[in-house]
Amino acid sequence: MRLTEGPQGTRILAFGGYQPAKVVTNDDLAATVDTSDAWIRSRVGIVSRRVAGPDESLADMATAAGGKALAASGLSATDIDLVIVATCTPEAPIPNTAATVATRLGIAAPGAYDLNAACAGFCYGLATASDAVRAGSSRHALVIGAEKLSQWVDWTDRSTCIIFADGAGAAVVGPVTDPQAGPGIGPVVWGSDGGMADKIAIKDRNSFIVQEGQAVFRWATTALHPVARKACELAGVDPGELAAFVPHQANLRIVEAIARKLGAPQARVADDIVHAGNTSSASIPLALSRMTEHGEIGSGDAVLLLGFGAGISYAAQVITVP
Amino acid sequence: MAMTQEEILTGLGEIIDEVAGVPADQVTPDKSFVDDLDIDSLSMVEIAVAAQDRFGVEIPDDQLKNLKTVQDVIDYVRGAGVSA
Repeated sequence: MRLTEGPQGTRILAFGGYQPAKVVTNDDLAATVDTSDAWIRSRVGIVSRRVAGPDESLADMATAAGGKALAASGLSATDIDLVIVATCTPEAPIPNTAATVATRLGIAAPGAYDLNAACAGFCYGLATASDAVRAGSSRHALVIGAEKLSQWVDWTDRSTCIIFADGAGAAVVGPVTDPQAGPGIGPVVWGSDGGMADKIAIKDRNSFIVQEGQAVFRWATTALHPVARKACELAGVDPGELAAFVPHQANLRIVEAIARKLGAPQARVADDIVHAGNTSSASIPLALSRMTEHGEIGSGDAVLLLGFGAGISYAAQVITVP
Repeated sequence: MAMTQEEILTGLGEIIDEVAGVPADQVTPDKSFVDDLDIDSLSMVEIAVAAQDRFGVEIPDDQLKNLKTVQDVIDYVRGAGVSA
């Protein structure tokens, strides 16, 4: 038997993001549940979030984000042979979202699968796509994080409806072609703990999302900065060299607490949650897409990604901005 | 040797200053976290985590709701029989 061979290193070629048009402000929520703009800002750091329209599907949002990333990469649809959609809110168990999205983007017959690692999903997808390219299983991969959490939120539950939102973000992954350039996607540090499965859950198809806020906060602010530091160590990048830190946008207070413990004084810390809400697997690529568009991060910058959430699951890696 | 009331109070003052931005001299035993110091449930988790690092006493989430004043935390830490 023979094995395929791939490139030594992989990189991200482009990002793309999509948010639904409908903006829901804190005041909008305060009109229907017992909460206030000040309370929401102080507890979770969110000012407004986006919610999909009634006819806007998960595949619609994933296709929009994926299409933008593909266009920005300069590749054509025929160059893509692997499509991964990280989501915990698929419209149905089958068919998967990835094959539908691939067909809509004109990507013919790629390997296509959905991946559920909840809020860590994009980092898992990025790692598996990178490994597939390195192994020669794929030439170029499209990785999308997409969520329609609004359909799993109890809009009368003030502890959750203030947090979760909809959106999609994407990245195109391919080989490093410049012999002078180092790898653009570092080794992943990932893990899980099913013993904490009940801390964030949608228990069955008739249930809404629930989470134990204090338990999740304690875990996130104590267990994750070592994971983030380990990802830096494996990539050979000192935290002091990071241009940005883009953790999952779970809650601004969690983001700030992890950033403080990480010790990366030069790094710009993503705060996309302020106007995007918590979009689970979409939050990291959405933030990367926006930060790139706004010039907050530039080509060649080292950026640390850290996904974490239900499962419990987590994954971190250092990337280089395309 | 068990930590004294004063030692724990000093430590808590520094922790609360760092976590919640409340000046340490305002952290006196009779103060209520919620009503006097404006410290919410998530900051209480951060205080509990920092207190564990500093005093070696674990304060689980289900105990936090019982710790309403600074003195309650001091008593909890001392009651856990910590040695300095």
